Amino acid sequence: MEFTDKLPIYIQIMNYLKKKIIAGELKGGDKLPSVRELSSELKVNPNTVQRSYQELERENLVYTQRGMGTFVVEDQKILANLRKEMAQEIINKFIKEMKELGFNSDEIIDIIKNYRTEGK
Amino acid sequence: MEKIVEIKGLTKRYINTIALNGIDLDIEKGRVVGILGPNGSGKTTLIKILAGLLRQSKGDVRIDSHNVGVYTKSIVSYLPDRNFLYNWMSIEDALKFYSDFYKDFDMKRAENLLEFMNLDNNLKVNQLSKGMHEKLNLSLVLSRKAKLYILDEPIAGVDPVARDKILDAIINNYNEDSSMIITTHLVRDMENLFDEVVFLKEGTIKLRGEAEKLREENGKSIDELYKEVFGE
Repeated sequence: MEFTDKLPIYIQIMNYLKKKIIAGELKGGDKLPSVRELSSELKVNPNTVQRSYQELERENLVYTQRGMGTFVVEDQKILANLRKEMAQEIINKFIKEMKELGFNSDEIIDIIKNYRTEGK
Repeated sequence: MEKIVEIKGLTKRYINTIALNGIDLDIEKGRVVGILGPNGSGKTTLIKILAGLLRQSKGDVRIDSHNVGVYTKSIVSYLPDRNFLYNWMSIEDALKFYSDFYKDFDMKRAENLLEFMNLDNNLKVNQLSKGMHEKLNLSLVLSRKAKLYILDEPIAGVDPVARDKILDAIINNYNEDSSMIITTHLVRDMENLFDEVVFLKEGTIKLRGEAEKLREENGKSIDELYKEVFGE
């Protein structure tokens, strides 16, 4: 994981874990690495990782079982929502940047369509 | 929150310079605090006063509610910015030296750390590279069960692999019962370790705050902020 400069570290770690959940690398019911493991892997203060876990818990994406660790929720609806939300974020950013480059909505749609056919 | 360090109006004068000019700084227990500043900003002077190696000209310094002295030295584990072992020693001698010297030295922890650092006990101090020196010194310092660890430039001049090992050792050793003060000018490499940062410039505190809050408020990394504060 590479840290960028703009965001607090705990938010970047949250996003990193959310991506893993969406990509299915972490499935419902899976245990997250311990705070210590992850802080050592990312070279980040354990308090920061702890904060990421707390915030994820507040967003109902993970839950903590005392003495056992932190787990991804199994509620498929929540996970599907997360997937939608993150896709939306990426699209918003993409469209904003395209508009800054002077593309209008129709042009953007065209580009995406063409990209799809090229991709096939 | 309980405080591990309380500093009030701390001033240190040398013959014709002022190294620290009226510093106020409290540090809560269980925190990792980065003291950041260029060479000559007063970092090492501050740390040497905390470690009991220098006396202040003016002001109050308390560690765990005690004035700096015999008690505070027994609960502070200090990593100087230069080698503090004798050249004739082997690593094994250094371990014995430390365990004779400090009651809170945990031999088991030291052995584990040295193994983690890939250091062979039979090596002599004068055979070690700069990176190995840092790794050995840090292993010794972290093997004390201290209340406060003070690390002066723990990664200065070491290669990236040794640096990662050192960062790992610091993270793995950290626990809520102890606090850490770390000085560095290699902000980018270390900023993610800090709960809190203090920018020191010409003996005064220019900026201080929670690392995450500073990032959030400024939309910048601590490294970028550092360059802004200290850049020409």
